[in-house]
Order: sequence, then structure tokens, then C-alpha cells
Amino acid sequence: MPVLKSDTVPIRSDADVVAVRQIVRVWSIEAKFGLVDQTKIITAASELARNTLEYGGGGHMFIELVEEGVRKGVRLTFEDQGPGIADVEQALRDGYTSGKGMGLGLGGSKRLTNEFAIHSVVGVGTRVTVTKWK
Amino acid sequence: MERIPIIRMSKFLLVSIQVDMHDRLALALQEDLTAKINETNARGVLIDISSLELVDSFIGRIIGTIASMARVLDAETVVVGMQPAVAITLVELGMSLPGVRTALTVERGMQILERAIGPTVTEGTDAGPEE
Repeated sequence: MPVLKSDTVPIRSDADVVAVRQIVRVWSIEAKFGLVDQTKIITAASELARNTLEYGGGGHMFIELVEEGVRKGVRLTFEDQGPGIADVEQALRDGYTSGKGMGLGLGGSKRLTNEFAIHSVVGVGTRVTVTKWK
Repeated sequence: MERIPIIRMSKFLLVSIQVDMHDRLALALQEDLTAKINETNARGVLIDISSLELVDSFIGRIIGTIASMARVLDAETVVVGMQPAVAITLVELGMSLPGVRTALTVERGMQILERAIGPTVTEGTDAGPEE
């Protein structure tokens, strides 16, 4: 899948979560997303960035503008070197939370995007990748 | 730290969120609003989110908490102006803001608040507030 461009955004504070939302908005506009799809990917990014910060102890987001045939998409990869998730199935279930949230972050982000992948190793960290296509 | 302004208008408090809120700012608004309800004996809170381009689970939870706290302090909360794309996303995310009254416009929101507190104001007796 051709990658048209990419960038990395650090996630170390509340303000960085806002910065993540802003760059995802700009890139999803560039991918010609409609307003609803823009809002969905930005919301998913906000949830995942907060997870990276709250549970992963900070990390970064890797953002890519991708192309497959005639369609464009935005792919986001969130990585942290936090404690990892022991039971990914459980973490994906709505309402499961180990922190201050609603427990909707992972499951919700999955619903709001077209592709979702999670790789987590206890004691090593977590990587979540989501893709939204136009 | 920056704060979201709270405007007092007779027995109501008005808040218009015009910025992309980071989490601490949302938490500060929750604290400021509950303190202000207590301080002013406000009977209603109107929160305008028409400028908000996103309501994620954290902001959704803050809105729900504000409404619950306000209710405990005998004030009604109404959230107005949610953009359609935000509403669609919020429901798909899995949040439906239970217990939060919403209206499309500020005018409708004010009508809801006026109606909600109406009986207790006109009676002015020691009778309990009607639901």
C-alpha cells in the first residue's frame, strides 16, 4: 500500500492529545473525508492518544496518508512502552476500564474506523493501528 | 491555567465551549460550574457545544458528571447545539449521554430550563418542588 506521507507526533501531555486531534483533522481533510468520517477518525485518535498517555505512560502516534487504488486513507499507529495489556479481549469490551475513562476507548475506536489491529506484550508495551478509508 | 468562562444570567449559568478542550480544562470546567451553582444558587445550567468539533468519551463523561452534580445541587442542565457529525460519532462510540437533556438551539434550551424550574418559582410557598 503506497504511503503518500507520514509524520510522528509525541504524546506526553494533555496538550499533545489536542495536537493529535488537530493533525488528524488536517490530514483527513487532505484525504477528502466528509465531515462525519473526519469526526469519527479524530474521535478514535483522541481515545487512543488518551490511552497511550494514561495507560501507556506516554508514547507517540505515527500518522500516514495512504492510498489503495483510487481511495485514500489515514492510518494511525499509537505506540507506548507501558505495562502492556494482559487480556486484550477484555480490554476491547465496552465498559472495561482500569482508569478514569468510560472503558469505551478501544472498542469505540474499533467501531469508528475501518481497520483495527492491536499488539500488546506485558512489560513491553502496546501498539494500536487504525485505518479509516474515504 | 486558561478557564472556560461561566456567565450568570438571572437564575441560570451559561457556558459556551469555544475551544478544543484538553482533559484538565474539561475537569476545571466541571469544578468551576459546581462551585458556581453553589455560590449563585443557580437553578439551571446551559452548555453550548455548537463550536465543539468532537465529543469523545472523556468529554462525554464530564458532561454527564456536570449534569449529575447539578441535579444534586437542584439545578437542571441542558446541552445545546451538538453538531450532527458529533452526535453520530458519539452514539457509534457507545455513549448516549444518559440523563443529559439536549436541545438543538440556545432558545430551545432556555425554554426547557424555564419550564423545568417554572413551578417552584411561581408558587413561592413551602411546598416542595414539583418534578
